[in-house]
Amino acid sequence: MKALSIRGLTKTYRNGVQALRGIDLDVEEGDFFALLGPNGAGKTTAIGVIMSLVTKSGGAISVFGHDIDRSLDRAKSCIGLVPQEINFNQFEKVFTIIVNQAGFYGIPRKLALERSERYLRQLQLWEKRDSIARSLSGGMKRRLMIARALVHEPRLLILDEPTAGVDIEIRRSMWTFLRAINEQGTTIILTTHYLEEAESLCRNIAIIDGGRIIENDTMAGVIRKLNQETFVLNVRAAMVSMPVLDGYVARMTDDHTIEIEVSKEQSLNDIFARLTQQRIEVVSMRNKVNRLEELFMRLVESKGAAGARAG
Amino acid sequence: MEQAAASVNPADQSLARIRRIGLQTIVRREYGRIIRIWGQTLVPPAVTATLYFIIFGSLIGRRIGQMGGYDYMQYIAPGLIMMAVISNSYGNVVSSFFGAKFGKHIEELLVAPLPNWLIVLGYVSGGVMRGLLVGAVVTGVALFFTRIPVEHPLLIVGSVLLTSVVFSLGGFFNAIFAKNFDQISWFPTFILTPLIYLGGVFYSVSLLPAWAERLSYINPILYMVNTFRHGFLGTSDVNLAFAFLIMAAFAITMFTVVVLLMNRGTGIRE
Repeated sequence: MKALSIRGLTKTYRNGVQALRGIDLDVEEGDFFALLGPNGAGKTTAIGVIMSLVTKSGGAISVFGHDIDRSLDRAKSCIGLVPQEINFNQFEKVFTIIVNQAGFYGIPRKLALERSERYLRQLQLWEKRDSIARSLSGGMKRRLMIARALVHEPRLLILDEPTAGVDIEIRRSMWTFLRAINEQGTTIILTTHYLEEAESLCRNIAIIDGGRIIENDTMAGVIRKLNQETFVLNVRAAMVSMPVLDGYVARMTDDHTIEIEVSKEQSLNDIFARLTQQRIEVVSMRNKVNRLEELFMRLVESKGAAGARAG
Repeated sequence: MEQAAASVNPADQSLARIRRIGLQTIVRREYGRIIRIWGQTLVPPAVTATLYFIIFGSLIGRRIGQMGGYDYMQYIAPGLIMMAVISNSYGNVVSSFFGAKFGKHIEELLVAPLPNWLIVLGYVSGGVMRGLLVGAVVTGVALFFTRIPVEHPLLIVGSVLLTSVVFSLGGFFNAIFAKNFDQISWFPTFILTPLIYLGGVFYSVSLLPAWAERLSYINPILYMVNTFRHGFLGTSDVNLAFAFLIMAAFAITMFTVVVLLMNRGTGIRE
């Protein structure tokens, strides 16, 4: 079953800005789906329309088969949202915020109290339950919004940049938590600017730019489309000049480091063979940037260049 | 972080049940807000009412003598109670709903499976609750200064409830259109307060010149105050059936307009 199905979704704001220009998207039940795009690409608008926070201009959306034009409340009962911006009452107590949200989704009070405790414990906020929300740190506020989105145990969880501004330790523990939620059957849609996060967590991906989907595939499929990667090689002995690597775009960034661009048609074995011939020993190698990030940049740049040509 | 426990899916619940619990939650939250900020919600009306009773009741009222067959203090007591009910019903909804818009936590309700009419009903219930609580506080203050008879209790209950609903809806209407805090104080200052003061709280309109008396009858607050006063004292400047018709018409029309505005997304959706 499709957790989310979008057809021909458009949104034009009153000021004339076309935020969405006909989006088609399907997310299968149980998926961990990445929705990526540069700032202003239309991700948050799309999520706003799904959640009925933004009025669509055209198109159709259904959530687990519930059309939002015909069965909006039923569709909304299936979704939990972690928005990009803080949107809880900063003067309320942490525990009250979660219990109230459960009530808004029709969870009986006794169960709401139990679940609020459970999710606050799972997100390491139980000790802060009686604190006023505004006193929480940035990372705690993000976790509070995750707990709030989960308290009605939605079938579809939408996270709009949930780890923005969160330190790496908390971010990784949030990844573990989200993986566990997904393994238990919750469909997750994630937008993030940390592409390593998307690559690590998500099985399928859509890239949105200029209000259009420019890529939609499995994560592995998208990564395979990366024609060229840039590697950074660290060598044992200091080099006095750039080794000869004809046919490759390479440069020496310091006396122990080479940056080299390798296309799909070329071979890393060939590079190592040539360096070995020149008595250069490679001690470590890494991608210059995350592979998904590299692909993302190439896609968005080529789209931008095409747009500039068209313009 | 620990792993999540097995899920119980609320999407399988009936919408009627979700709505009932949702409404209870909004009402409980609004009640919690009124009590949490009691220094802003319950105390100021008691202080204001005390000052009115001291100045207009004891000091000036003694020189005025009787009005409508009652001591002046007795005559103004229902009007002062109603004045507090009106301004607090209005103030509660306008500040709570605009605060939710301003702080963006209105989105907690907008993403939930609750229809707009129920959200309006929840906020209006909060406004009525505060109106009645403050009304009870001011009644307590009035009883400290004077004895107030109760001639028609049902009339009292009916008029105070309808008035409170009308002005709670007024507060909601104001909050929908308000874009900043100035705009939530504009209507109470320039429209509501003059209408209250000219609505027969402190005098019988029969004392006015004929043209002013006729003009007073276009003020809806006159009907509310007088119906309420009739419930206590058995004296009124207006036709009671017509007064209830006006109050009910206002309540129904304003509820419809506010829900339509919410459905259109005015002031809350882009």
